[in-house]
Amino acid sequence: MKHLLSTRDLSATSALRLLDVAEEMSAVGEREIKKLPALRGRTVVNLFFEDSTRTRISFEAAAKRLSADVINFAVKGSSVSKGESLKDTAQTLEAMSADAVVIRHPASGAPARLAASDWIDAAVINAGDGTHEHPTQALLDAFTLRRHWARIGGTPSAGTTLAGMKVLIVGDVLHSRVARSNVWLLTTLGAEVLLAGPPTLLPVGIASWPCTVFYDLDEAIAQRPDAVMMLRLQAERMNAAFFPSTREYSRRWGFDDGRLALLDIMGLDDTVIMHPGPMNRGLEISAAAADSPRSTILAQVRNGVSVRMAALYLLLSGDQHDDEPRDDGTRALPHDLPIPEGRTTR
Amino acid sequence: MTDTKHATSPDTSTEYLIRNASILGRTTADLLLRDGRIAAVGDTAAAQASPSAVTIDATGLVALPGMVDLHTHLREPGREDAETVETGSRAAALGGFTAIHAMANSSPVADTAGVVEQVHSLGLASGWVDVRPVGAVTVGLGGERLAELGAMAESRATVRVFSDDGVCVHDPVLMRRALEYVKAFDGVIAQHAQEPRLTEGAQMNEGDVSAVLGLTGWPAVAEESIIARDVLLAQHVGSRLHVCHVSTAGSVEIIRWAKARGVDVTAEVTPHHLLLTDELVRSYDPVYKVNPPLRTAGDVQALREALADGTIDVVGTDHAPHPSEHKDCEWAQAAMGMTGLETALSVVQHTMVETGLLDWEGFARVTSVTPARIGRLRDQGRELAVGEPANVILVDPAVRWTVDPAAMATKGRNSPFRGLELPGSVRATFYAGHATVLDGALATPRQVAPAREAAAWTR
Repeated sequence: MKHLLSTRDLSATSALRLLDVAEEMSAVGEREIKKLPALRGRTVVNLFFEDSTRTRISFEAAAKRLSADVINFAVKGSSVSKGESLKDTAQTLEAMSADAVVIRHPASGAPARLAASDWIDAAVINAGDGTHEHPTQALLDAFTLRRHWARIGGTPSAGTTLAGMKVLIVGDVLHSRVARSNVWLLTTLGAEVLLAGPPTLLPVGIASWPCTVFYDLDEAIAQRPDAVMMLRLQAERMNAAFFPSTREYSRRWGFDDGRLALLDIMGLDDTVIMHPGPMNRGLEISAAAADSPRSTILAQVRNGVSVRMAALYLLLSGDQHDDEPRDDGTRALPHDLPIPEGRTTR
Repeated sequence: MTDTKHATSPDTSTEYLIRNASILGRTTADLLLRDGRIAAVGDTAAAQASPSAVTIDATGLVALPGMVDLHTHLREPGREDAETVETGSRAAALGGFTAIHAMANSSPVADTAGVVEQVHSLGLASGWVDVRPVGAVTVGLGGERLAELGAMAESRATVRVFSDDGVCVHDPVLMRRALEYVKAFDGVIAQHAQEPRLTEGAQMNEGDVSAVLGLTGWPAVAEESIIARDVLLAQHVGSRLHVCHVSTAGSVEIIRWAKARGVDVTAEVTPHHLLLTDELVRSYDPVYKVNPPLRTAGDVQALREALADGTIDVVGTDHAPHPSEHKDCEWAQAAMGMTGLETALSVVQHTMVETGLLDWEGFARVTSVTPARIGRLRDQGRELAVGEPANVILVDPAVRWTVDPAAMATKGRNSPFRGLELPGSVRATFYAGHATVLDGALATPRQVAPAREAAAWTR
């Protein structure tokens, strides 16, 4: 594995290895000295074209716990055409001998572009690109789910898959990189994924995804999910007529107190509630749901550091143990027109 | 320009005796080109040739009428870093074209007699192909009021094709008026069919691939709804409509329906839409970013069949060169467009001829005869017969070559076919009897006699 660009291109073996290493990293976080010398002398650049303090500090903490040197490069206001190009920025980082670039970018595919180009040799980690993917978020979600699943099953987390687990993802799937990364990763790990949301916020083409789609949240909950993941809703979507009002959205697709109570009524004692943050309390999730014992929201944040340590470690430690037929799904394939249908790495 | 061609005096009176060419891939015959015309065809050609005639052995080569492109972006005036009339028309000659239509989205926009005459003059001065300016339908491509279509029609550029290509004439009233108005001078409106509200921020075909990639979709319905509206408008006012770069199976169905109803509509497909699909976008490589976007394999198949059965009338390249920095970036920031002049013949041979969907006569129909008729070019797209203008190309269909954008004459390096092995190579291009391409390489441009040019200016 040279880059971590998407979960779609991640094999089950690679995904499990990442999660297992994350378990080891998690143990480090519980020690008094929360630091390993693994990446001493290596340079990790957090290249953020979008504000995201949460993700940035999570990567920063992860890199520092592995003793890497961290450079935070926030490219403010360089939303698009103005300012320095991605290519020039990448070449600047190359000149500074960056070993890994953690990139957050508003344009879908920007990390893949960086990885496929000859602008820079560093390992590229996608920290969220447009409405495409956010693989480390999905990995931390999977890590959280796996711990929960292993605890219920009374087995150790390491080595466990999500086989038999039913995960419901709710909300704005169309614009959600978190949803996409989770759909591919959770299904790769054996979980069954259900999606629920307004039809306007489910992408055209979703029929080819390995999921069941519901327009009615209560109907989806009736499938007895083991986890319910609420996606963040951006209120400005209302202006593009994706839904009539935030109140209507909240009534139909929000995880409110009534639905929280419904889980109890249905006897779903082990069903957890997840959210990638930041939350809109009272919109897609009620305060009671977010703060309930079912909520894994803070555990997700905590696990984020472990998972990102694992990703950095596996990409940079020289462990080039390659168990995948290919590690880079991003190269243009001009000789193979058209690229065959369907997923290529499972 | 360091080119010294204007100082030298290319011999426009060179006679060419083409031996053993396969005429439209059917009969083998000799052709004699003299004084800009086909002077003889067949056994008498050699006998009629003067002793100074240059003989070309065309054994194994197919003789076709020079290709006519209804859809070229030459970028001049305004973006000479991307392309100029000179470089674009060199690329055209190498690609087997003897006439190209320069789209109006230059800067300034070709929406006045002045700009179309400028482009026309640049074309004459270059001398590689017949450069036919396309006039904008609306002022500045703004979609708000009609440009002076009549002035452009009556200018020295004698514009007959009008288009806001790059943007859609989306106002139905304006479209109706434009269709009506150009009837006065036998013009045609070439529509870029794209419903603007349905394609705000659109990045690629909307479907399975866009759903995975998280790129904003460009739905087929945005093209189809405009075509449906426009064919009905054209029928209502009895006008000629040309649909640029048709890209979806649904559009094909609508055009087929309109033609069955007798609507005077013609349609165009690009070479890239005949070969490439949106699966390529998975690479996020902006060389595959184009408008309308690459569609699905089903669309590609429907387009090929439509071109074969005549529902789609012509191939237009939509040659759209861009400077490298406009493609060397993130997908969303990248410019839309692909080069196409130097690969069109090969892609059409690969997708249409080698698949048995078209023979060479059919190839000539969709690349030369019909586009010339739509553009009202009387000297182009003619039969290869005695007395006809000598716009002729010689093609070696057996050659296979690997596309290398760096080796092209266009300034654009944004070819989506790079690295592909394609069949067919243009060995010679004769533009009005003058060899612009010989042995597969640029020869000399055709020069219009300065005296005649001066006379034209003062007439």
